[in-house]
Amino acid sequence: MIEYRSIGKTFADGTEAVGDFSLQLPSRTTTVFVGSSGCGKTTLLRMVNRMVDPSHGQVLIDDVDVSTRNKVELRRSIGYVMQEAGLLPHRKVIDNVALMMRLKGADKKEARDRAHEVLETVGLDSSLANRYPAQLSGGQQQRVGVARGLVTDPNILLMDEPFGAVDPIVRDELQQELLRLQRELDKTIVFVTHDIDEAFLLGDQVVILKKGGEIAQVGSPAEILAKPANDFVSSFIGLEKGHRKLHVEERNGTRIVVDETGKATGVLSE
Amino acid sequence: MSVLNDTVDWLSDSANWSGDDGIPHRLTQHLEYTALTVVIAAAIAIPIGLWVGHTGRLRGLAVVSTGALRALPTLGVLTYASLFSGIGIKPAIFTLVLLAIPPLLAGAYAGLESVNRQTIDAARAIGMTEWQVLSKVEVPLALPLIIGGIRSATLQVVATATVAAYVPGPGGLGRYLIDGLAVSDYARIVGGSVVVIVLALVLDGLFVILQRVALGSRPSRTPTTA
Ligand SMILES: Nc1ncnc2c1ncn2[C@@H]1O[C@H](COP(=O)(O)OP(=O)(O)OP(=O)(O)O)[C@@H](O)[C@H]1O
Ligand SMILES: [Mg+2]
Repeated sequence: MIEYRSIGKTFADGTEAVGDFSLQLPSRTTTVFVGSSGCGKTTLLRMVNRMVDPSHGQVLIDDVDVSTRNKVELRRSIGYVMQEAGLLPHRKVIDNVALMMRLKGADKKEARDRAHEVLETVGLDSSLANRYPAQLSGGQQQRVGVARGLVTDPNILLMDEPFGAVDPIVRDELQQELLRLQRELDKTIVFVTHDIDEAFLLGDQVVILKKGGEIAQVGSPAEILAKPANDFVSSFIGLEKGHRKLHVEERNGTRIVVDETGKATGVLSE
Repeated sequence: MSVLNDTVDWLSDSANWSGDDGIPHRLTQHLEYTALTVVIAAAIAIPIGLWVGHTGRLRGLAVVSTGALRALPTLGVLTYASLFSGIGIKPAIFTLVLLAIPPLLAGAYAGLESVNRQTIDAARAIGMTEWQVLSKVEVPLALPLIIGGIRSATLQVVATATVAAYVPGPGGLGRYLIDGLAVSDYARIVGGSVVVIVLALVLDGLFVILQRVALGSRPSRTPTTA
């Protein structure tokens, strides 16, 4: 379990990125932080692997305060998929992935074998393994980023808008793959996005954030949809625009699902 | 045209290609001074430059002292240095080291500064130690610029090492210039200069190759951020 205890972060230049944040993230589930740009999602995420040290409060992993742990060791034990894939441009794809294994002390062959394995897991063609990151498309780079996060089989996986920069079709594919992986791997995932649909799709627990890391609502997607805590949440999840308020109409004998604006969005399966 | 003809004669005179005052011997000396100077200067300047570039600390000081060193008049320093360490090669090496430090220092810290911040952040985030960030990420990515610094330091030293002959001592290729001047032997002066220029061009070409090798097979296209 990951736990934020009354945590806050004010950067050296005086920017208060997170005011006072407390939350528990159950093990083996996916928690999604969702909120608009600059609300402190990345800052919250990076406090887990000590890429950002909090100004006050603590982050605990299985009841151990991360500030008592060696930064380098801690980071090696956590998978991190960065907002921009964050690959090393001078290393081939395979070496970018194998590097994590090497840092943890695996020998060359073991590291490469395992890297090939995860590249396959994330659906990357093995012919791409010997390319440099610059020779891949954005979506392929993101897959490599995910592979790198998974290669050491960490218990915790931090994912910062990993699919933010790819087109909707590829994003859909990557999301489905992540869902599949999560069913198999059962990790504790902290996922950051500003896309509410993505949050509802992937999250067991969804955390809707306002500026300064203030929690607007926490809950499962169903809970949030059923009972939005306030107007901010309603508008954020799109209830106000009517896209999510659906009803059934019968047309030509078929039952069709229509949203409030009258746009048909699907059919009702019997 | 007679200087040109004389120079060609001088360069093709077999007497000038053997013995202690022959071109091969002087050339070897010259290369030795250059190599010694660049090695000493690199040992001083590159670690400092890497430290400045990695930590971002004392950057202002590095910039200012680089500029100050560049402004030093070579002959003045040489004369001054020879007052302290006497004649021979030492004052020349000392002076040349001062000359070689600025490009080396600038190459090292500017090279590190040129590395994408996000790449460095990513390296740290996946659990590299500071030393690994420097040695496995920053230096390899900065290598073309670091080698660029060594290249310009070497070329400056090759050209300026002629002043070594200014102080009585072994001399290198500068002997031809200084001694030639003393007796108004223009063929020797120009011939000596030609040898220095050819040497500089050859070294420059070698560095171009080295910089290519440093880039490896990596594509020069900068990585798109997804
Ligand atoms: N190193 C830093 N120094 C100063 N201010 C920072 C720093 N990092 C982030 N901030 C500020 O803290 C706030 C929160 O930033 P953060 O990166 O956590 O936002 P985010 O929710 O991840 O946004 P995005 O969706 O755009 O990635 C912003 O106002 C940002 O400008
Ligand atoms: Mg962010």
